[in-house]
Amino acid sequence: MQISIRDVTKRFGDFTALDEVRLDIRSGELVALLGPSGSGKTTLLRIVAGFEWPDEGEVQFDGEDALSHSVGERHVGFVFQHYALFRHLTVFENVAFGLRVRPRRYRLGEADIRKRVERLLDLVQLGWLAARYPQQLSGGQRQRVALARALAIEPRVLLLDEPFGALDAKVRKELRRWLRHLHTELHVTSIFVTHDQEEALEVADRVVVMDKGRIQQAGTPQQVYDHPRTPAVHEFIGESIVVPVTIEAGEVRFAGEPLGLDPQGLESGAAQLFARPHDLAIVPSSGEHRLRGVVRRIHGIGPARRVEIALEANNRETLIEVDALRAQPLRVGERVGVKPEQYRLFRAEA
Amino acid sequence: MTVLPHFEIMAGHEALYDMAPARKLQRKLDVRADPPAVKWAIIALTVAFLGIFIVVPLINVFAQAFAKGVRVYLAALADPDALAAIRLTVVVAFSAVVANGVFGLTAAWAIAKFDFRGKNFLITLIDLPFSVSPVIAGLVFVLLFGLQGFAGPWLAAHDIKIVFAVPGIILATIFVTFPFIVRELIPLMQEQGTEEEEAALSLGASGLTTFFRVTLPNVKWALLYGVLICNARAMGEFGAVSVVSGHIRGETNTMPLHIEALYEGYQSAPAFAVASLLALLALVTLVAKTALEKRTNKG
Amino acid sequence: MSATAALPRRRRVIPGFGITLGATVLWLSLIVLIPLAALFLKASELSLGEFFAILASRRVLHALQLSFSLSLAAAAVNLVFGMLVVWALVRYRFPGRRLLDAIVDIPFALPTAVAGIALTNLYAESGWFGGLLARIGIEVAFTPLGIFVALVFIGLPFVVRTVQPVLEDLEKELEEAAASLGASRFTIVRRVVLPSIVPALLTGFALAFARALGEYGSVIFIAGNLPNVSEIAPLLIVIRLQEFRYADASAIAVVMLVAAFLLLFIINALQRWSEARTGRRL
Repeated sequence: MQISIRDVTKRFGDFTALDEVRLDIRSGELVALLGPSGSGKTTLLRIVAGFEWPDEGEVQFDGEDALSHSVGERHVGFVFQHYALFRHLTVFENVAFGLRVRPRRYRLGEADIRKRVERLLDLVQLGWLAARYPQQLSGGQRQRVALARALAIEPRVLLLDEPFGALDAKVRKELRRWLRHLHTELHVTSIFVTHDQEEALEVADRVVVMDKGRIQQAGTPQQVYDHPRTPAVHEFIGESIVVPVTIEAGEVRFAGEPLGLDPQGLESGAAQLFARPHDLAIVPSSGEHRLRGVVRRIHGIGPARRVEIALEANNRETLIEVDALRAQPLRVGERVGVKPEQYRLFRAEA
Repeated sequence: MTVLPHFEIMAGHEALYDMAPARKLQRKLDVRADPPAVKWAIIALTVAFLGIFIVVPLINVFAQAFAKGVRVYLAALADPDALAAIRLTVVVAFSAVVANGVFGLTAAWAIAKFDFRGKNFLITLIDLPFSVSPVIAGLVFVLLFGLQGFAGPWLAAHDIKIVFAVPGIILATIFVTFPFIVRELIPLMQEQGTEEEEAALSLGASGLTTFFRVTLPNVKWALLYGVLICNARAMGEFGAVSVVSGHIRGETNTMPLHIEALYEGYQSAPAFAVASLLALLALVTLVAKTALEKRTNKG
Repeated sequence: MSATAALPRRRRVIPGFGITLGATVLWLSLIVLIPLAALFLKASELSLGEFFAILASRRVLHALQLSFSLSLAAAAVNLVFGMLVVWALVRYRFPGRRLLDAIVDIPFALPTAVAGIALTNLYAESGWFGGLLARIGIEVAFTPLGIFVALVFIGLPFVVRTVQPVLEDLEKELEEAAASLGASRFTIVRRVVLPSIVPALLTGFALAFARALGEYGSVIFIAGNLPNVSEIAPLLIVIRLQEFRYADASAIAVVMLVAAFLLLFIINALQRWSEARTGRRL
């Protein structure tokens, strides 16, 4: 099912949670809404679900206005961060709930309900726990039950609110992979909210990065990682180092020295150079067209080491982290040069 | 806080090191222990106080009930006026429990599942009957529905009796037990939040279905607890009912009023016999309360 | 612009707000607010002069003064002994502690009329305690002293149950810290433990006082009910009602109600104070 979100704005008192948000979600897509807390991602999800209503804007499901329908009428499957399983019902009855509360006309027979529930429990590999109660299950198991429950009503869209947020790291990784696999099998349009960028990049077809109530960028995981469009996106996805630079006469300069880099279309003035630690090379400090600094700390085990380097400019220090191969000989206190191999330039924020 | 001079602190430590037997060390280490003399004195005082003021009067009820023998006891309970009183008490208590139960669930839903201005004020108003003397609780209904009350003439004209009749007793009892059930439900429902209800709605359940299938089962023990204490209070209410009742034996006397009538009539043993039933009810209620508290881990 | 312009935007996802709030307010008004309003309405039929004349009459003044002073005294006794009881229940382990804990609730649960006749019988000259006390010349039943005993009975659980959770939750680290700083046991109790429970103590006191003020059933049998001697205010209200002197009854009731509401206000403030002191809801 296709979803259109147009100019959606939502305010809570003085606080603007969503600011004229526009987004299209294609049928069968698995989209991640990614952002820090307060970015508006959960509010947007709840508006799509029908738990909140926007102050302005439209939401359409396959061209039909969704906002004039209640959450029950929208036929969405919602998965809560803290599962929201019905504590007085067994796992089986939890999953069957959506099928049991249908108006008599649309209700399935008992045998059909049983079949469908059992099929779903097998899908989430919890058939053996059907008679247990939620309190007797682990967090990961509960979330899978919640998922099965949401899928039981054959929803048009699956909405997940930080579904793995309450679980520990190992379980999270497992369920992540498993959700991806499930989506490939079922092809239900799905939107999930997360603040974990690793999760978003690993699982989603498309990542929508949000900050301060706005969509900063929407694209495939590769796109947002390799070509971040704003400083917020660059910083939120993957690791970033930031170096304050100036653009003068078409050249990029640090501490007055030209770096020999393409100004990427920016005009003269203060700017920021964003790069990832693994896109920087450590070179001898003598020579032109390079950043210069002193090695402060070297740490890390494994094939790559993390080198902390302090760059100097106008008596102010900028600390950056660079990945270096184990083989490369480096000492703390050594003067080195740094050359960015891949980078993005942004106007300096006021 | 004065600072002990250095040598005094050292002296204290030396006393420890001077190797007192292990128990003395243990006691010195448990900083929260009171000296045993104090401890046992307090315990003795406590037992004495509770014994004198509570236990003895309670035992007295049963002692006096059987003072004239088992036959008199049973005869008192089988007396038609006593039976009528018991019947009336059950009817009144049942009505109060049902009325306050339905109200309690409705009010708890409005208060616990939603946010709105004036919520605290509403809760304070609901708690008002707790602060009102039972006699005043009866008085206000006489003022409203009594012959000389505000609605008196109208009621008389339509031959409707509220005060000095059963409806008045029920009203006064509802007033007195008004907050009991809702007060048990609100904290629990607030703690449980709205997520399960939201989940039910997202699965297509209607509001009413959600209430009966999700909310109600989740509060069933708190509801039972509230019903229990509401019932106990309703059955035992005296002051308010005394004011609105006509004190007509066999008709408008609840058990407490019947007890009063018997006692004032110098029929001490029968009075205590009926009283023993209410005392038993109180004890059973306490036991059930404790059992339920363990169930719901209250407090 | 859009077809949804007519849609109400301030919606609640959970249904039933309007109807449940409406029903709640309606029922509350019918059962509680309107009847209470009737009281004030009736009292307002008196002119201010008449109102005060009633209150200033000897009998009424005595009844009010008796109710207030005895309730205060009983609450004070419950404060002191309640403190001992709650200390024993929370701090000590001894056989029968759980039983004692359950016993504290009996005055809450026992119907007032039952308590009333039990106490009267006990303290009358023919009763177990009454007989003993008579031998040393003390009369309890049918005197103000009897009223006092009954009020102590019914107020007993209030102090205990209000202070108990606060005392139970008191972090033992506080006492350990004080001890490590050199404080004696007595100092620890006086300076660390007691201040933390003072708000709860006062709240319990106020609750016991409020309850005693309005008490009728437990007291009416053991009091002598002699005007100007052992007549409590609630009884006077009943008598005036039976005499169809509704306005008089209302006047006295209004005074008692206002006092009760004032106490309620104070109790709420005390509870908030306790919450601030210990971070715990009372």
